[in-house]
Amino acid sequence: MSKEPVLKAENLNVYYGSIHAIKGVSFEVYEGEIVTLIGANGAGKSTTLNTVSGILRSRTGSVTFLGENLRRVPCHKIVARGLALVPEGRRIFLQMTVEENLEMGAFTQSPAGIAQDLEQVYALFPRLRERRKQIGGTLSGGEQQMLAMGRALMSHPKLLMLDEPSMGLAPILVEQIFQIIRNLHGAGSTILLVEQNAQAALSIANRGYVLETGKVVTTGAGQELLASPEIKKAYLGG
Amino acid sequence: MNFIIQFVNSLTSGGGAYQFLNHILNGISLGSVYAIIALGYTMVYGIAKMLNFAHGDVIMVGAYVCFYTFGALRLPGPLAPLLAVCAAAAVCTLLGVTIEKLAYKPLRSAPSLAVLITAIGVSYFLQNAALLLWSSSPKVFPNFFVLRTVDASGETAVLRSIQFGSLSISFVTIVTIVSCIVIMLALTWFTGRTKMGKAMRACSEDKAAAQLMGIDVNATISLTFAIGSGLAAIAGALLCSAYPNLVPTTGSMPGIKAFTAAVFGGIGSIPGAFLGGLLLGVLEIFAKAYISVQLSDAVVFAVLIIVLLVKPTGLLGRTIREKV
Repeated sequence: MSKEPVLKAENLNVYYGSIHAIKGVSFEVYEGEIVTLIGANGAGKSTTLNTVSGILRSRTGSVTFLGENLRRVPCHKIVARGLALVPEGRRIFLQMTVEENLEMGAFTQSPAGIAQDLEQVYALFPRLRERRKQIGGTLSGGEQQMLAMGRALMSHPKLLMLDEPSMGLAPILVEQIFQIIRNLHGAGSTILLVEQNAQAALSIANRGYVLETGKVVTTGAGQELLASPEIKKAYLGG
Repeated sequence: MNFIIQFVNSLTSGGGAYQFLNHILNGISLGSVYAIIALGYTMVYGIAKMLNFAHGDVIMVGAYVCFYTFGALRLPGPLAPLLAVCAAAAVCTLLGVTIEKLAYKPLRSAPSLAVLITAIGVSYFLQNAALLLWSSSPKVFPNFFVLRTVDASGETAVLRSIQFGSLSISFVTIVTIVSCIVIMLALTWFTGRTKMGKAMRACSEDKAAAQLMGIDVNATISLTFAIGSGLAAIAGALLCSAYPNLVPTTGSMPGIKAFTAAVFGGIGSIPGAFLGGLLLGVLEIFAKAYISVQLSDAVVFAVLIIVLLVKPTGLLGRTIREKV
């Protein structure tokens, strides 16, 4: 762990119109970590990730990525800084082929390296290679999740943010997706993971933050939170 | 039942087949113009999800720019018309981008009705600006597509068409059809093979996701308006070469027809605009030739209504899946 965090969110306040959705959320992610934000539906997890990636703007507070304040950086320039988001619901381009989706992921990269990056993603997700000429909309949910992750990896992120990667997937696929996250982490990726599946998320995370109605209520090491009686009661089903 | 008898007669009498072929060619030519205009409607709709009702008036502006540039350039041969069309395309590209920046961009998150009314406002603005600048008196658009030949006695002959037996095809028709095919192929290549073209498709499908990829959505929308308006200028020059009466409202009827063609083919779909434009043009000419000149528009729109009743998304339109 280096001293300076890769990502530092300080006192974020985000509003949807008059609704105060995020109330003073702060957290840090250090290089090489998996950090997870857990919490119930509507706790503000996705809002937090969308704010970091620039889709939403915070009214007050700051997001600092690799020492740079992102307040004035437009959303489409953030990915080039090394911050990639795999959005909730995957949001792949359903009418484009698998390979075109991956090419879009490499939009900010120089064309020279794309062929090699494609090979790497295909090595990580062999299913995508089999289906590379297929239209995104014809993929299964699990394959779409793999495509969304592969697409984000094409931008060579220094921090990969995953929003509910297990959503709507069969248990066996959830396991597969979490194995992939573990592998990426093993290969040196820094990951910020938002999950409703708190059990799975905490078991692979170095640290976790628990969000409740827009506020961070607890934070600690993954294993610690996993063992905590309150967390167990509130999020892990007893 | 008059027109049925007329139709049967014209097919069976001598020269009927030629006439029929001629109508088809004229229809395809008119349809090509509709298709080029419809591409502008459909691409803008695909990406900005708005109906740009000022698109027809951009055609008119293009035609005027072409008319005046051609008049000012006193160059021989095919250079003058070519430069005139290029100038018109450049002006319209700039005009389209400016309209988008000033009128539509501030309304990006406004209700679609506000954008629609703004587009109608821009349409009237352009027509009235044209009225002020160029007056309401009709201009006779020059026929670019002629061949000048000088025979042995030194007489100059102006050739407007080629003859195949008793079938005569005007150069305008040929150039229009060829232009439409070239534009269609170029756009297919652009959206399917180039990085910016693919980014355009990505934006039209999901703007937020496209932004996450690093695509500048605003720049992409500007580019779409630029392409659509540049094509409108070309369409204006072709349209006025075939129907040379140029007034400030010249663009509105072809604009509405082309919009209809875009919906007919499936709005948002590039091949749909092509197919819709061609079918609409052929239908219109056939209705004029075999049914009634006065009723031709009614017939065309009746067919449109029937098609949309059977297939509400248009011929090549996709059913839009609602995101949950």
